[in-house]
Amino acid sequence: MTTRLMTGNDAAATAVKLARAQVIAAYPITPQSPVVEQLSRWVEEGELPAEFVAVESEHSALSVCIGASTVGARAFTATSANGLAYMTEQIWWAAGARLPIVMCVVNRAMAAPWNVLNDQQDSMSVRDAGWVQLYCRDDQEILDTTAQAFRVAERINVPVMVCYDGFLLSHTMMPVDVPSPAEVDAFLPPRTAPLQIVEVSDPRNVGPVTPADPREDADGALQPGYMELRAMHNASLLQALEVVPAVDAEWSEAVGRSWGGLVGEYLLDDAEIVLVAAGSLVTQLTLVAETLRAEGVRAGALGIRCYRPFPADALRDRLASRALALVYDKALSYGNEGPICGDLKAALYSMDGEPAVYGAICGLGGRDVTLEHLAQAARDALSDLEAGVAHRAPVWIDLAEGSMR
Amino acid sequence: MTRVSELSTTEYLLSGNRACAGCGLGIGLRAITKALDGKMVLVNPASCLTVLGGMYPISSLDVPWINVAFPSTASSAAGVRAGLRAMRREGEMTVLAMAGDGGTADIGMQALSGAAERDDDFIYVCYDNEAYMNTGTQRSGSTPAGARTTTTWTGKRENPKDVPAIMEAHGIGYIASTNAAFPTDVYDKVLKARDRRGLRYIHMNTPCPSGWSFDPKDTVKLGRLAVDTGVVVLYEIEDGVFRLTGRSASLAKSGKPLVPVAEYLAAQGRFRGVSDETAAEIQSWVDARWAGYGARHTPVG
Amino acid sequence: MSYKTIDMSRPSAGEAGRTGDWRSNRPVMQSELCSAVKAGRLTCQICWSLCPDACISQGMPPRVELEYCKGCGICAEECPTGAIAMRPEREHGTCDLPEADAG
Ligand SMILES: Cc1ncc(C[n+]2csc(CCOP(=O)(O)OP(=O)(O)O)c2C)c(N)n1
Ligand code: SF4
Ligand code: SF4
Ligand code: SF4
Ligand SMILES: [Mg+2]
Repeated sequence: MTTRLMTGNDAAATAVKLARAQVIAAYPITPQSPVVEQLSRWVEEGELPAEFVAVESEHSALSVCIGASTVGARAFTATSANGLAYMTEQIWWAAGARLPIVMCVVNRAMAAPWNVLNDQQDSMSVRDAGWVQLYCRDDQEILDTTAQAFRVAERINVPVMVCYDGFLLSHTMMPVDVPSPAEVDAFLPPRTAPLQIVEVSDPRNVGPVTPADPREDADGALQPGYMELRAMHNASLLQALEVVPAVDAEWSEAVGRSWGGLVGEYLLDDAEIVLVAAGSLVTQLTLVAETLRAEGVRAGALGIRCYRPFPADALRDRLASRALALVYDKALSYGNEGPICGDLKAALYSMDGEPAVYGAICGLGGRDVTLEHLAQAARDALSDLEAGVAHRAPVWIDLAEGSMR
Repeated sequence: MTRVSELSTTEYLLSGNRACAGCGLGIGLRAITKALDGKMVLVNPASCLTVLGGMYPISSLDVPWINVAFPSTASSAAGVRAGLRAMRREGEMTVLAMAGDGGTADIGMQALSGAAERDDDFIYVCYDNEAYMNTGTQRSGSTPAGARTTTTWTGKRENPKDVPAIMEAHGIGYIASTNAAFPTDVYDKVLKARDRRGLRYIHMNTPCPSGWSFDPKDTVKLGRLAVDTGVVVLYEIEDGVFRLTGRSASLAKSGKPLVPVAEYLAAQGRFRGVSDETAAEIQSWVDARWAGYGARHTPVG
Repeated sequence: MSYKTIDMSRPSAGEAGRTGDWRSNRPVMQSELCSAVKAGRLTCQICWSLCPDACISQGMPPRVELEYCKGCGICAEECPTGAIAMRPEREHGTCDLPEADAG
């Protein structure tokens, strides 16, 4: 283990190298580009014995990973925002085909209008595609989570997205402990045989048209229809609720650092108000909780590390009998509310000791989110709570209403 | 040139599949799989070929097959190849990407262009039935002028894209044009492609009785007529050297004029009602292409 | 993990069922006209090479697998000696063909 000053993108690339990815295909987009540049350099210089395919688009980047993963290779790609949207068809394909691909999503705002800065609208827009989604708080967690992601993906045959905030993490230097290749090798064995059989001696047609209903094979055995396959996919995805913490624990054994598995918690013990978010906001919220405590408010922070599958039980457990959960979303389901906020409300619905759940939208298109903004939003929420507001429309933090004419 | 009697009797295309009676694709696919002796993995996007391949859990082709998304044939195949190489398995099988004309000339063009520019190591076969047949005979970039489709009700106005020429502009080492009605021509070209490296592109015209509206018994006749009229020209371009092959080479050598295109048009329902003016335009398009190919032809020897 | 976790077909003839049922005309071989029969060796075989459904096996004369033959008529059309005739199915009674009725 050595400690180095590196950006989030460096941390991601370093993890991919340590994980011995065999096929890498990616297409540049701000703020993800340095990941591609670094990996291609290592492959060219012979430092990373992998196939690097310099594709002409993100759709092709994920297609290359799909092809490579189907024949058993460990495959990696990374993208952001419009690049992620451009590969949407293949995001669904990779999941439905049950391929353990790992993809870093360097969170950036979606166009139009153009904006290269951070929010989480991109990855949130594909949360329903059947991937595991993990969100990172800082550069160290990016390195650790990216390495862990391969283990998670390969154990349940479901692809994993490692999401981290553009610029705030991707381009920000932090001290990062880099485990040795031997430590990572001990944690992450080579990929075992894929589910897919691509052998001349045992020809199979992988992923053909699949009828709605189960159908008999040539030997008369009933095989699943589309809906059964989807149910099995969902069951495998749900296994991540056990596998993500288990892998985090194995990582902790191998390198001595853990991230709490599904959720990260801070000052939760006696907290009445719990500040909830995913990504780098979580680091900020730990500081906000301290600020509020200094003001006499019993505040804590809860970070969602694993957003898909949604850790409903873990959240119910942590939030039972609190007065208020305030969710900060860097995304919006337009016409509704923040995605994490909506999911949390559904998870807590009608449980004993259900807290009030309020949502706040913040940081879209890289709008600076200061600690004071976050703290003030919490103070406002507390006064709404005291005023007896049970259901509150999402508030927009730091919105300059005067400019909206 | 391989003779019919020399073709392998092993069948990889299985009977009782879902293709229409008289489908030209079936004839071509038999020749292709024989040429590769089954040591291949088929990478295939949505198309009639997918339907021919059958619904889960039964496959109509006795070779490994990977279904991929419609626009992603070439990129997925590049990934399969990269994956096999990373696994040190590249010697086990030829990667054969095979898409329809829509999946090639239109939605798959970007990925194909990328793979060609990188000279990725696989064979790409475009089987050209000249429309989106799988979705109900809509026009494609490869539909010929005059043809009626379900999105060109009065006949398409534009000539088809010349995909082999686009591939040639990428500077790849092997490009061929063939027709499924000539299984030995298909076979020889796939055999040649098999033994080369880099991206190899084969454009195979496949007469389609359902989409072109002719009697299924005439599939091979139509393929032959396409060649005799110069609508389809059999050739290959090896390392930049252009050569007519098979029946097209014999035609050129004989010096005889091409059969008038009108005969080809009259044989298919899709050209019913084509105006004399359009027919004349198609004829001059064919003549100009034929003259161009003739000028480039380098006889063997 | 088991075979069922993903959709992955195994090859088998007859995926679309007994496609012989699609047929309205049946190819009937008139052996005496077949050039392979006449030559007494495996020449020609053009019908075999052009069947889109791989329903013909090589021979003197070649044999048609009626279970799956879709009746397209390409073999009859392309036989250089006119050895194959397409005859209406109804001449052959019901479509309930015994397995052995090949050729
Ligand atoms: C992204 C996307 N758009 C559209 C389709 C629908 N689609 C499936 S096959 C097809 C046409 C295929 O045409 P072609 O490639 O010529 O093959 P053919 O069916 O003619 O053999 C279309 C439009 C799809 N599957 N995916
Ligand atoms: S529509 Fe044409 S290409 Fe498609 S299966 Fe039928 S005959 Fe073949
Ligand atoms: S095509 Fe005709 S002559 Fe040739 S083998 Fe077949 S039946 Fe005999
Ligand atoms: S009629 Fe068609 S399907 Fe039947 S044997 Fe002849 S060519 Fe094959
Ligand atoms: Mg087509």
